[in-house]
Amino acid sequence: MSDRSSLRRPATTATSGGPRGGGVTDDEQFAEAPIPSPPSQSAAKHGRLGDRVFAGFATGAGVFMVVLIAAIGIFLLIQAIPPLADNKASFLFSRTWNADPADLNFGVLDLLLVTVFSSVFALVIAMPVSLGIALFLTQYAPRRAARPLAYLVDLLAAVPSIIYGLWGLEVLAPALSGFSVWLNENLGWIPIFADGNVSAQIGQTIFVAGIVLAVMLLPIITAVSREVFDRTPTPHLEGAIALGATKWEVIRTTVLPFGRPGYISASMLGLGRALGETIALLIILSTTTQFFGWSLFDGGDTIASKIARASAEFNDPKAAGAYVAAGLVLFALTFVVNAAARAIVAGHKEYE
Amino acid sequence: MAKRIDIKDLNLFYGSFHAVDGVTLAVPPRNVTAFIGPSGCGKSTVLRSLNRMHEVIPGARAEGQVLLDGEDIYSAAVDPVSVRRTIGMVFQRPNPFPTMSIRDNVVAGLRLAGVRDRKRLDEVAERALRGANLWAEVKDRLGKPGGGLSGGQQQRLCIARAIAVQPDVLLMDEPCSALDPISTLAIEDLIGELKKDYTIVIVTHNMQQAARVSDQTAFFNLAGVGQPGKLIEVDDTEKIFSNPSTKATEDYISGRFG
Amino acid sequence: MTTATTDLDRPATPPAFQEISPGRKFRNRLATVLVTGAFLVAMVPLVWVIWTVLAKGLHRVLNADWWQKSFGGLTSRNPGGGVYHAIYGTLLQGLLCAVIAVPIAIMVAVYLVEYGRRSRLAKAVTFTVDILSGVPSIVAALFLYALWVTTLGLPRSAFAVSLALVLLMIPVVVRTTEELLKIVPDELREASYALGIPKWKTIVKIVLPTAMSGIITGVMLALARVMGETAPVLVLVGYNQFINYDPFQGNMASLPLLMNSERLTTNAIGEARVWGAAVTLVLIITVFNLLGSLLSRLTAIKTK
Ligand SMILES: Nc1ncnc2c1ncn2[C@@H]1O[C@H](COP(=O)(O)OP(=O)(O)OP(=O)(O)O)[C@@H](O)[C@H]1O
Ligand SMILES: [Mg+2]
Repeated sequence: MSDRSSLRRPATTATSGGPRGGGVTDDEQFAEAPIPSPPSQSAAKHGRLGDRVFAGFATGAGVFMVVLIAAIGIFLLIQAIPPLADNKASFLFSRTWNADPADLNFGVLDLLLVTVFSSVFALVIAMPVSLGIALFLTQYAPRRAARPLAYLVDLLAAVPSIIYGLWGLEVLAPALSGFSVWLNENLGWIPIFADGNVSAQIGQTIFVAGIVLAVMLLPIITAVSREVFDRTPTPHLEGAIALGATKWEVIRTTVLPFGRPGYISASMLGLGRALGETIALLIILSTTTQFFGWSLFDGGDTIASKIARASAEFNDPKAAGAYVAAGLVLFALTFVVNAAARAIVAGHKEYE
Repeated sequence: MAKRIDIKDLNLFYGSFHAVDGVTLAVPPRNVTAFIGPSGCGKSTVLRSLNRMHEVIPGARAEGQVLLDGEDIYSAAVDPVSVRRTIGMVFQRPNPFPTMSIRDNVVAGLRLAGVRDRKRLDEVAERALRGANLWAEVKDRLGKPGGGLSGGQQQRLCIARAIAVQPDVLLMDEPCSALDPISTLAIEDLIGELKKDYTIVIVTHNMQQAARVSDQTAFFNLAGVGQPGKLIEVDDTEKIFSNPSTKATEDYISGRFG
Repeated sequence: MTTATTDLDRPATPPAFQEISPGRKFRNRLATVLVTGAFLVAMVPLVWVIWTVLAKGLHRVLNADWWQKSFGGLTSRNPGGGVYHAIYGTLLQGLLCAVIAVPIAIMVAVYLVEYGRRSRLAKAVTFTVDILSGVPSIVAALFLYALWVTTLGLPRSAFAVSLALVLLMIPVVVRTTEELLKIVPDELREASYALGIPKWKTIVKIVLPTAMSGIITGVMLALARVMGETAPVLVLVGYNQFINYDPFQGNMASLPLLMNSERLTTNAIGEARVWGAAVTLVLIITVFNLLGSLLSRLTAIKTK
């Protein structure tokens, strides 16, 4: 049978082929896609071209992502270099911030300390609570209720940070006022509860901001932890149950060891989010002319809130560049924290 | 339409693993050829290499020749896409497209190749469904999703989908292994009818099935663990089942095998 | 395990089951209480925040003007006006962002799942998506500022905001889409190839539609998230009391930006504006979340 004739079977054969004919010819169709036939056929060509174009787009999108990240790093760097060159202070070690283009004198240290201190404080609160929530949702809550309850926790993540900020300033700060003062008065000998550089009673402090941040971290840490706890292998669980362990013992001997790296990684991801949080801190923290003094009752600015506070006046490229330099530090910081979070789980194949 | 396939000294590899060694085999047109043999001997591997489906698996490659009416399907000038258009395949597990209706499943091959004409597509759908003995059961629910059919119906839907693009050859990899005996019988009947128009190669673990539906049977075996699979013998089905020429074939068929 | 038996009717033979020591029992109870308590503690801020928003802002939005007017021409002493200019801004910026981010993100996911598979480039792409998902929104905004305003010399605008939001949205959509494409069974791809359908059409017509329902949900959730972002609007566009339809020129309000500007109006009128906008924002986010699950239900794969 020659290719052409076989492929161009008359349509009549096909239609009269009866129920068993299987004759479902589509002439154009097959005239275009014969095998084996010279490769000059348009369908084959078309297919290949389409494939190449589409694969090109997909690969291009992938390459674009890599270029994008590189561009972010490079652009920030280029903008940061001129002001850094004119900077009279040590950028990394000075604690004063003066981005007046005529008299550049800016250091990121104080901002960095406030950023890290408030984030770590938030993490210290959020970690145990998230652990409890994740255990509750995966191990304790009745199967049917677990999903809706988890949804409630996820709702915490749906609230925009600006609303958290306003709530923190207008509602939480006054509500915590008495407690703050009490802590300050009775535990003031512990450095973190010592007198800060803003009023503990008014509450525009790292203390209040950190608690608000902690609330924002709960859904993030819980979501990832929940997932790893859920993956505890059933044989491990059954092994412990068969030994007559109580529920808590089962969790302590199987769920927690299995889920620990995932939980730690989740907490690091949360820390990354806290470091970069902007508007809630901008709203809650009161600015101050004093340096950060390692007290929860200090005010001040984080890197992110400082940038946002100044953003309206980004008119001079050099002044803006000073803030870009600070942004670069923040970028590097979150990068390291996130990379660490991923490295922790990457070593654990059982999570795949 | 129905074309012959000549496999010449075909070797198949998964990466560095030599899966099948030196298969030479002729598949005549309008004829059912059954592949039998123990698990892991490479039946599916050979079958997939006949329409270049092995290329979908990373690292899999073929050496040797597969000729479709004399033309090498592996030649550089040949597009694998058109090989598959010409040599259709039905899989072990029914796999209708879940997003498509019954009708759209059947004409998926044509529609995605650019055929738009509704009337023609409807005709094709009906003919293919009749060809797959499914028309009577689904003609009133053509717009319903293919996933709502029973397993046996889904498999016949997949056969209808394969014949709707009017291939010359139909490859079937254990098409009945996921089905109940009644559906199996329906498909076996269908194969008997399809062979009037198509060249069919079927892999099966069911000896009776091979005996019932095939004209020619090829027995594959493993030389040993980690060794490549080999074609032991191929002959008329009747001869293989009554008087095979090798001891291994006889042992396997009579169930005395390992 | 323990039965309520009194001393009198306790059987002479040892109990069939070993008693659990009081210490173990206590620790088990304590753990249950703590863990349940943790969950309840998390519900406190949720309820409290939602209550605050509604209590302070609901009265303001129950007013037709709120949805049909702007604050154009009003001073901090004029109680009327509305936020339709900010609603427009929020929706427009979100929409522009989605139009740009979604196709890119889907193509990246397609690359990772259908083409890249373990190649070095794919590893690099996965890594950059990870980094991007951790980039703080203020850094994304700074980058856009450095690119758009400083380097290209273009004015601050709503479109620049959308571009910054694109950076935040892409990693979220890539992740979701990637997970969904991975669970599309290979059998479907093979069935399609076996029909002689080229790979790209297999992806576009078989694989993506199978995953579409989930992708839509993911996009809506991501959209709801970026529309509440404040940092990019602070850096990249100025506030405007009037409506501005043009995303490329001039200042444009959005709900977060409006809240941040009006919170400096320290009187009851400003307060009501801020919290009214908060209610509006929460409402929009809720609608997008619900729309996500509704659309996914409508587009879900049916078997009947
Ligand atoms: N994707 C793959 N990657 C690597 N090796 C494979 C792959 N598929 C099959 N193999 C190997 O190739 C050999 C032949 O496999 P094949 O699936 O062809 O056997 P089979 O005869 O079809 O078996 P069965 O009857 O169980 O279906 C086996 O050793 C198998 O492990
Ligand atoms: Mg097989």
